Amino acid sequence: MSGGVDSAVAAARAVDAGHDVVGVHLALSRMPGTLRTGSRGCCTIEDSMDAQRAANLIGIPYYVWDFSERFKADVVDDFIAEYSAGRTPNPCMRCNERIKFAALLEKALALGFDAVVTGHYASIVTDADGNHELHRAAAWAKDQSYVLGVLTAEQLAHAMFPLGATPSKAEVRAEAAARGFTVASKPDSHDICFIPDGDTRGWLADRVGAERGDILDRSGAAIGKHEGALAFTIGQRKGLNVGFPTDDGQPRFVLEIRPKDNTVVVGPREALDIAEIAGSKFSWAGVPPVDASEPFECEVQIRAHADPVPAVCVLRDGELVITPREPLNGVSPGQTAVVYVGTRVLGQCTIDRTLSAVPV
Amino acid sequence: MAIYLDHAATSPMTPEVLSAYTSALSVVGNPASIHSAGQNAKRMLEEAREQVAASLGADSVEVTFTSGGTEAVNLALKGLFWARNRPATQREQLDHRQLPRPRILSATAEHHAAMDALEWLARAEGAVVEWIPVDSLGRIDLDALAAALGPDVALVNVLWANNEVGTVQPIAEVVALAAAHGIPVHSDAVSAYGYLPIDFHGSGVAALSVSAHKLGGPVGMGALLIARSATVEPLLHGGNQQRARSGTQDAAGAVAFGVAARNAVADLEARSSRLRELRDRLVSGIRSSVPAAILRGDPVNRLPGNAHFTFPGCEGDSLLFLLDVAGFSVSTGSACQAGVPEASHVLLAMGLSHDDARGALRITLGHDTTEAEVDAFVAALPAAVDQARRAGMAAREVAFGR
Repeated sequence: MSGGVDSAVAAARAVDAGHDVVGVHLALSRMPGTLRTGSRGCCTIEDSMDAQRAANLIGIPYYVWDFSERFKADVVDDFIAEYSAGRTPNPCMRCNERIKFAALLEKALALGFDAVVTGHYASIVTDADGNHELHRAAAWAKDQSYVLGVLTAEQLAHAMFPLGATPSKAEVRAEAAARGFTVASKPDSHDICFIPDGDTRGWLADRVGAERGDILDRSGAAIGKHEGALAFTIGQRKGLNVGFPTDDGQPRFVLEIRPKDNTVVVGPREALDIAEIAGSKFSWAGVPPVDASEPFECEVQIRAHADPVPAVCVLRDGELVITPREPLNGVSPGQTAVVYVGTRVLGQCTIDRTLSAVPV
Repeated sequence: MAIYLDHAATSPMTPEVLSAYTSALSVVGNPASIHSAGQNAKRMLEEAREQVAASLGADSVEVTFTSGGTEAVNLALKGLFWARNRPATQREQLDHRQLPRPRILSATAEHHAAMDALEWLARAEGAVVEWIPVDSLGRIDLDALAAALGPDVALVNVLWANNEVGTVQPIAEVVALAAAHGIPVHSDAVSAYGYLPIDFHGSGVAALSVSAHKLGGPVGMGALLIARSATVEPLLHGGNQQRARSGTQDAAGAVAFGVAARNAVADLEARSSRLRELRDRLVSGIRSSVPAAILRGDPVNRLPGNAHFTFPGCEGDSLLFLLDVAGFSVSTGSACQAGVPEASHVLLAMGLSHDDARGALRITLGHDTTEAEVDAFVAALPAAVDQARRAGMAAREVAFGR
């Protein structure tokens, strides 16, 4: 129970469904004495008190469990290491994979619980053989199946998402209000919980540092200087200072960030189009395909709120290789590609490499 | 029905205290008012002050009622520091009294009320706080204290008895060392009050903090005892209702506090030895049912109702949860911020590793604890420890998702 409206309603629905429920608030980062300002931040005293108040109203016991050391090692340090390697990680996925449905779930199972219930908008469908499938939520706009795509069959078997069938967030808020929850109108949290001011670049610069380096064109020629490679995102156009007009009169976009030699590669907009993505770190969310080495039709989603794109997926040489039917735009290594078949999440891979649709 | 074994957190009011409290609540009158109603409230208040003073071997004028232990500790530390750094009278100036006195000597492993107040004094008021180490049993290092004393020390601070591990501090020795330099000592006796005999005058401390709800009085009442010879600058300014505190006085709270104080000392010896026997039964029961458990704190010189153990390989919060589900209210002993469990700074100061410190459980007995309750706890503990050990430490590697 984060202290937000979703987990409060999820807990209440789990109780209504007849389960024996205990509320647990995760202490993940230490920001003692802080209060929420608007929608930023998490794990504040206010969030903890809100979660406890909701648990009181539901009539369930409530405890705070401290996973801050694990969170730092598995999520925060991983986030810094990934960015330092020029990759773009998704810390919420890492938290689901390593904390909520790993550290917390393991502890819960050992203490006699059966499942972790969360306020995620996603559905678990159990087939005739008792296999668990992860599906999109009914509330398409709030769907969070993407960030749960890392869950395995074993984790899904111990997960419950009571909000999955709810058509909209508005209904969840209305239900929270009807149940008398003080958090009914609490703002949604955005951004990365451990960067409460939302300034990811500044936060990273404080921890990784920033050094002046070259901006290269696709041929490798230096065409300008930057003040720190990690300050850029793939697809970024503004702030490059490579002069205008360029040779072809077209604007330049960030295509690649190379932390090893502290360079940033830029090129024309078309060069952002990605024809193929692949990753060797992949998992199946439930029963895997019978033979994934045979190419199969699917949809691929590369960000939490991106539209899915039709694609062909195949397991080849230990890599999940995904070929979108139309080029994807602004893909960065480190991002997660989640593979869907219809509403079902089939699996995911962390993107190791991308292939541009426009050869150099 | 839950078995309550967390009397160090708060101890339930006895029916007698509750009845005195509720009847006093219905009495109208501000003790500062001049009319008869005010005088009646004032009489109730001062009778209560006398009871509290008597329970601690102090004079009424030395008792300043506060909102609780935390306020008393803050008033003592800040008030003594300010007063000791202020040229009080012309005579003292003529005595070539040394100023400033920036240093404060405090035992480490203190309650957060003291530690946070001292850290604030260092941050905001220029105090130089020196933390005197404790040994593996939690006792202050008297040699280190003696070596640190000097004319620029404003005050010395030490718990009467530790609220987590129950260790009783050598107050007489601390006071003797400080007195040789004319330095006032404050002691936080919140945990000891009502469980150990405390003689304020005999102890020689300049200031002593106590709280009502740890001995069966109401929450929201405490007191700072300030020796006649000591000066404390107030925290709260206003109507000067008390020697070191402004604010309308809570006559009803004081009445309840007074009754609880009177009862606590009336049969202190009998109550303490009953608790000590129960506690020893608990300790030996735990030692035989969970041989891996390690008793922390001074095994002899400890609070009569306190048993504190660490359980290697267990998280204290797992144990607390499992025991709570099984119907036992106990504590991990460490300070909580919004209920977040942290490794106890007391145990870390005693030299425990971070992992060992996280496996702590404090069981504290009180006036209504029975032998049957202790036995039931001892019987329930092994299963909880086994299960908590299987749940492991939160910081360990997990298998899921790899």
